[in-house]
Amino acid sequence: MWTRRTLLATATAASLAPLGRARAAAMPGVTATSIKIGNTNPHSGPASSYGAIANAEVAFFKMVNDQGGIGGRMIDFITLDDAYSPPKTVEQTRKLVEQEGVAFLFNSLGTPTQTAVRAYLNSRKVPQLFISTGADKWADPEHFPWTMGWQPSYRTEATIYAKYIQHEKPSGRIGVLYQNDDFGKDYLLGLKDGFGAAYDRMVIKEVSYETTDPTIDSQVVTLQSSGADVLVTAATPKWAAQTIRKAAELNWKPLHFMSNVSVSVGSVLKPAGLENAAGLITGAYLKDATDKRWDNDPGMQQWRQFMAKYMPGADLTDGNHVFGYGVSVTLMQVLKQCGDDLSRANIMKQAASLDNEEVPTLLPGIRVSTSATNFHPIRAMQLQRWTGSTWDLFGDVITA
Amino acid sequence: MIGFLHQTLSGLATGAIYAAVALALVMVYRATHHLNFAQGEMATFSTYIALSLIQAGAPYWVAFVLTALFSFVLGFALERLLLRRFAEAPGLTAVGVSIGLLLIFNALSGWLFGFTVKQFPSPFESGGVVLGGLVSAHEIGMVGVTLIVLLAVYAFFRFTPLGLAMRAAAANPASSRLVGIRVGRMLALGWGLAAVLGSIAGMMVAPVVFLDPNMMFGILLYAFAGALLGGIDNPAGAVIGGFAVGVIENLGGAYLVGTELKLTLALIIIAAVLVLRPAGLFGRIVVARV
Amino acid sequence: MNARRTALWLFGAALLVAPAFLMSGYRLFQLTSMAVYAVAILGLDIVTGYTGQVSLGHGAFYAIGAYTGAILMTQFGWPYWATLPAGGAAAALVGYAVGFPALRLTGPYLALVTYALAVAVPQILRARALESWTGGAQGIVVTAPDPPAFLPLSQDAYLYLFTLAVAALLFLLARNMLSGRQLRAMIAVRDHALAAEAAGIDIARVKTRAFAVSAGITGVAGALGAIVVQFVAPDSFAATLSIALFVGLVVGGSASLPGALAGAAFVQFVPNLAETVNKSAPGVIYGVLLVAALYLMPSGVAGALRRTLPARLRTSTSPGKATPLPNKGATIHVD
Repeated sequence: MWTRRTLLATATAASLAPLGRARAAAMPGVTATSIKIGNTNPHSGPASSYGAIANAEVAFFKMVNDQGGIGGRMIDFITLDDAYSPPKTVEQTRKLVEQEGVAFLFNSLGTPTQTAVRAYLNSRKVPQLFISTGADKWADPEHFPWTMGWQPSYRTEATIYAKYIQHEKPSGRIGVLYQNDDFGKDYLLGLKDGFGAAYDRMVIKEVSYETTDPTIDSQVVTLQSSGADVLVTAATPKWAAQTIRKAAELNWKPLHFMSNVSVSVGSVLKPAGLENAAGLITGAYLKDATDKRWDNDPGMQQWRQFMAKYMPGADLTDGNHVFGYGVSVTLMQVLKQCGDDLSRANIMKQAASLDNEEVPTLLPGIRVSTSATNFHPIRAMQLQRWTGSTWDLFGDVITA
Repeated sequence: MIGFLHQTLSGLATGAIYAAVALALVMVYRATHHLNFAQGEMATFSTYIALSLIQAGAPYWVAFVLTALFSFVLGFALERLLLRRFAEAPGLTAVGVSIGLLLIFNALSGWLFGFTVKQFPSPFESGGVVLGGLVSAHEIGMVGVTLIVLLAVYAFFRFTPLGLAMRAAAANPASSRLVGIRVGRMLALGWGLAAVLGSIAGMMVAPVVFLDPNMMFGILLYAFAGALLGGIDNPAGAVIGGFAVGVIENLGGAYLVGTELKLTLALIIIAAVLVLRPAGLFGRIVVARV
Repeated sequence: MNARRTALWLFGAALLVAPAFLMSGYRLFQLTSMAVYAVAILGLDIVTGYTGQVSLGHGAFYAIGAYTGAILMTQFGWPYWATLPAGGAAAALVGYAVGFPALRLTGPYLALVTYALAVAVPQILRARALESWTGGAQGIVVTAPDPPAFLPLSQDAYLYLFTLAVAALLFLLARNMLSGRQLRAMIAVRDHALAAEAAGIDIARVKTRAFAVSAGITGVAGALGAIVVQFVAPDSFAATLSIALFVGLVVGGSASLPGALAGAAFVQFVPNLAETVNKSAPGVIYGVLLVAALYLMPSGVAGALRRTLPARLRTSTSPGKATPLPNKGATIHVD
């Protein structure tokens, strides 16, 4: 009896062993009790304010683990610093894939940095999932089936502005102020998409600035004296705040569109002066944490509870935390859909089969949808106007 | 033409920023004959201290004075405790230490105070529109403060025995020691005073460009260009140089090279001054004795 | 003695080649990056360590080499190995043009001009006039070479050995250049410019030539770096790169060839280490280590080793003194 049982156990073990090995090989980074996820983010250097996103994600996955993990597996989330330098991103990403053996990369940040590792990750068939950049080029499943963004692209956003301008102010003379890099230039492309042949007639002045410029007073003065009455600003927070304030100081009141990366009340509008920003228009897809409208919103309450428990003391006006929460919720949906098959191929397949998913921190009516040919998870926005004290949503949700 | 005038005026306003920082650079050069690459980051750090004091409830001018005092102690202590140990080291090491300080203060600001852009209050806010909004009340106030600081620096070096002793200690340490000047203490004093000027510049600049850990990164180069243009050992020259760089940068950006190469313009100013007139427009020519 | 020396050399070479067969791809990539940094720092050492002209802008020459290589490979179909001399030549040319005026000055001014150059590099690379070549802010994606068919090596191992071979070649070249008359002239310029001039050395020429050679070597490193990282973009060459190279030189030990290697190890591995010690402020640790290294090891890691190692193990590649003397010429003011 005793012998037989031993024999049986041995036999079972023997027959199971190759199966277990095969599964481990097919599901790198995944064990019966854990799943390893990697991320690179600028925790140091000039872009470190984005580090807040990764911090929110670390806290989010801690919460998930406290609630029992996903499908019985604990999430082991590793975020490494790349200081926004592409060579460092390559090194850290290779470390995550080859040394740490992560299942996939999630929400790594930056356009140049992620461009540097795109070929590597695709050739190794490692998902480069929901990366944190608004560049338009990520949705290219034909050439890069392992890469996918999350937020609406800058180009989509600019197209939405162009459509609104054409409708509301068809005779407007448009000035554009943009940061001279891939981020700013995507807005130019989006406006060109939206205006089409009318672009050259409508846009009368394009002015760029560099992130090393101490002030952009000169650029705003140039735009004002060009006679523009519509201003589209594609700027990061510091320069966005300067633009808003300088325009107010010049007593210049164009119809002002601001890129949605720079509409945080805490880090842009307050420094610029809340009244100075009155009338500012932007496209939104996330709920604003300072907006009283969402005080009783179940989604934002969920976020607030998370912040209170897992990120005590963190800045509640920093939109990066809302962003990090929203993208993490989306990932949980993907992992849930994966069930027990956490192979890289299936993770990518499920990421490309999101069906109108609701995310608690996204605006009502804005859902996450993907398909084998649609790698733009969010492509809708709603316009909102700053009243001087709050953001006021208006019009319909616009899909570009 | 109106546009030209506007660009010039707004250039003068930006130039005030460079002038304020250039003064601090001149101070440390006069006192030690070194360029301090960490000057900008130290000033940013001091500005954060000022903001913390204001947020803790201190009235603006109290915070201003306390920050200036703190900066003096910081600069003085850095020289006494750290830089003095490198006094006999070659120029390479001196630059290395100042780069090290740059890294430390930059990271420290981000670590302690975060990377989010912050607003910094101005004591000159009036709300009214000055000169059609081309120059804000704060910018006029900043020019005033810069000129007052300039006068104080000038008077200090020109009329006080301490100022004379500092100049002597920097120009010729060996002979200064012989006539009883405590050279080491003079150097520390120079660092302390330079840190004070830096902190004042920081507090004047922050309301315009907003406070973040990298606030001074771009400004420092323009300030160097201004200081060199005016003469690195001449406070008045540095202030004029700072204003000139602001105007050149604006006009050049708007009409000549385009806005994307403004910093390159500063680089060209620095190189041109060094090649054509190394002493700057108002500096004294230094001749090496063979 | 000679046999023993040969054995030592062979042992060293075996030690360097071994990782290609023993280490994982990621570790090899790190070692390859380190070898690239070592070449870049070697270039900087020639002008800053041996000739005493502080450059804070060698990231610019690295960028020129990298972009030259990437453009030649992607737009003109050059083979990867041929881009290295081209990248070096382009950087040397620009180095000569920058050095010619800047090197007539002494003291902190060259540091200032080169620092300004380092800060301005990304925006020059993004400039619209150059966009058709540089790809603007998007940068250029480069395809790394596959190992030749007859070599049974992984791509990482091949890249490592290739980089190693180039680095070894450049170190040997530098070692030969840094001997005899040439070296004495450079050190004379560094330690006592006036006396050197009095002795008939054409200071400006020595400095400018050293600067061009220095920029050229760092340019070769840049072209290598483009192949290894397989991507160039303006953000890859921010001022922090120039600062990192300078820090590597100072910590490793200036005017010392092994110092360049030690410095490269510092640049490559210390930021990662600092990150594990304190996630929120690796910069503080990096800066503190730099100042501490300057204080405790004024002549760098190489100098410290030189003093502690037994004499017969000392390398003969670092002539001159360990610590350069302060350069204090008397000055007078003329109103």
